[in-house]
Amino acid sequence: MVASETRTKVLEVDNLSISYGAKTAMSGLNLDVYENEIFGIIGPANSGKTSFLRAINRMDAFDTNMKVSGSLRFMGTEVSAWRNAYALRRQIGVVFPLPVGLPMSIYDNVAFAAKLRGVKGKAAIDEVVERCLTRAALWDEVKDRLDSLGSQLSGGQQQRLTIARALSQEPTLLMLDEFSIAVDPVTTMRIEDVLKELKKEMTILLVTNLVQQAERLADRTALFLSGSLIEIGETGALFEGQTQDQRTKDYLEGRFG
Amino acid sequence: MSENTLAPSQLDQRDASWYVDKLVQILMFVGGISAIIFIIGIFVFITKEGLGFLFEGFSFTEFFGSINWRPTSANPTYGALALIVGTASVTGVAMLVAIPFSLGAAVYISEFATGRTKETLKVLVELLAAIPSVVWGFIGMSIMNEFIIEVFDVPIGLNVLNAGIILGLMAAPIMTTIAEDALKAVPDRYREAAEAMGATRWQIIRQVIMPAAKNGLVSAVLLGVGRGFGETMAVLMASGHAINIPTSPFDSVRALTATIAAELGETAQGSEHYGALFALGILLFIITFIINLAADLVVRGIRKK
Repeated sequence: MVASETRTKVLEVDNLSISYGAKTAMSGLNLDVYENEIFGIIGPANSGKTSFLRAINRMDAFDTNMKVSGSLRFMGTEVSAWRNAYALRRQIGVVFPLPVGLPMSIYDNVAFAAKLRGVKGKAAIDEVVERCLTRAALWDEVKDRLDSLGSQLSGGQQQRLTIARALSQEPTLLMLDEFSIAVDPVTTMRIEDVLKELKKEMTILLVTNLVQQAERLADRTALFLSGSLIEIGETGALFEGQTQDQRTKDYLEGRFG
Repeated sequence: MSENTLAPSQLDQRDASWYVDKLVQILMFVGGISAIIFIIGIFVFITKEGLGFLFEGFSFTEFFGSINWRPTSANPTYGALALIVGTASVTGVAMLVAIPFSLGAAVYISEFATGRTKETLKVLVELLAAIPSVVWGFIGMSIMNEFIIEVFDVPIGLNVLNAGIILGLMAAPIMTTIAEDALKAVPDRYREAAEAMGATRWQIIRQVIMPAAKNGLVSAVLLGVGRGFGETMAVLMASGHAINIPTSPFDSVRALTATIAAELGETAQGSEHYGALFALGILLFIITFIINLAADLVVRGIRKK
């Protein structure tokens, strides 16, 4: 691993465990995520990837069944210590597997988060909307119909709208949960290019089912398996076969199970 | 000939399941169209009974312009204006009471309550909807009457305010149930997406969920209004039943429905008074039809989206 200890740690995870009732979703997770990196998380279904993301932005507050223990620090502060979970969530952008165009206009979809974080004045909000839609590679397709309903866009467009919305939060951390499930390959490539650009400004946590997507984008990649971390490594090295664990090698080469 | 091959004559045979199928089809058809038949039947009956009056004693300006409803005087007049205003004012107050209560309850049940609280509340609200209207009328006559006299220091407690509050409390459970269904129909992914952006509960409810459920909420209110216009017994008991154009919530009024209920038994069938009451019925029928139609059109608006 490179000497990245000097870089700012956006996330510090120490012995994190997550459970839903009697079912354990994640146990004993230790990892750090650094500023301005794309951190890829791969692993099969039920490996605890999404639960990890939910723990980061405190979505457990709405799921009484979900119990989080251990230490999870965001920008140096324990997330459970943030008294205002809403303020924490405003700093973390989330893109879900299936696109969620909120039932309001395209413009309002993007302006919503900006207004939440206190942007005032039509001109300022207009600017945020245009910038975020442009960055999410959607502006050209929707600039003439910003007033139409966000939920009426096609699946791929809605997903880019979701990304634009997450960007309008100007997040410190952007979390993408299998964002390309409902998006066609061409659009996926366009979004991936955008993510490479965004890395300069924010930290990106990329959960993906596609091993190749992690290879293309992630600086470092972690493999989750049945609720535990198997291995973290520089993505390049991992894909060249320099793995500590045979399971990682098997998974990356598609010879799993 | 193999066993599986049917002779042409057998193909033409109808077995028991064929007859059952036909029978069920016919029964379903009758059940389905009976609603339409009844509606048309009621409309035809009311119109027929009221028609004689509409062509003879009826004067448009008197009916809608006069407050003098004096069917039993030597020189009878049939001005329904006070009755229309009475019904409308009671319904108006009822909505002022019912809309905040029912929307508040619906939002609480749908968005805040969890587990047993939620289930218990839903059962209680449905139970509340099942209380007979005469019981509500009784509450209006005994408890609300004295309460209003005490609190507001007015001579009569049977008035617009009383009937409006009673009617509002009556309509609220049904409105709550419909509004809660509309809120429940908003997909959870909207809530999660807005939560993840850092919106607070209230911001989510106000800016995401209420707009998404708008049509259902509007139709809940319209059905409440329909209920208000149609309710008879509770209004008859709580409104004071005095012909009057109310100038304050403490004036007694008389409702369209209550007038029909109270007077129809005392009229001779086919008399002018009898016909006039049916004309009121036609008016009520048209009003509730328009309100229900509006509710239906609003609900259709949901499906289009």
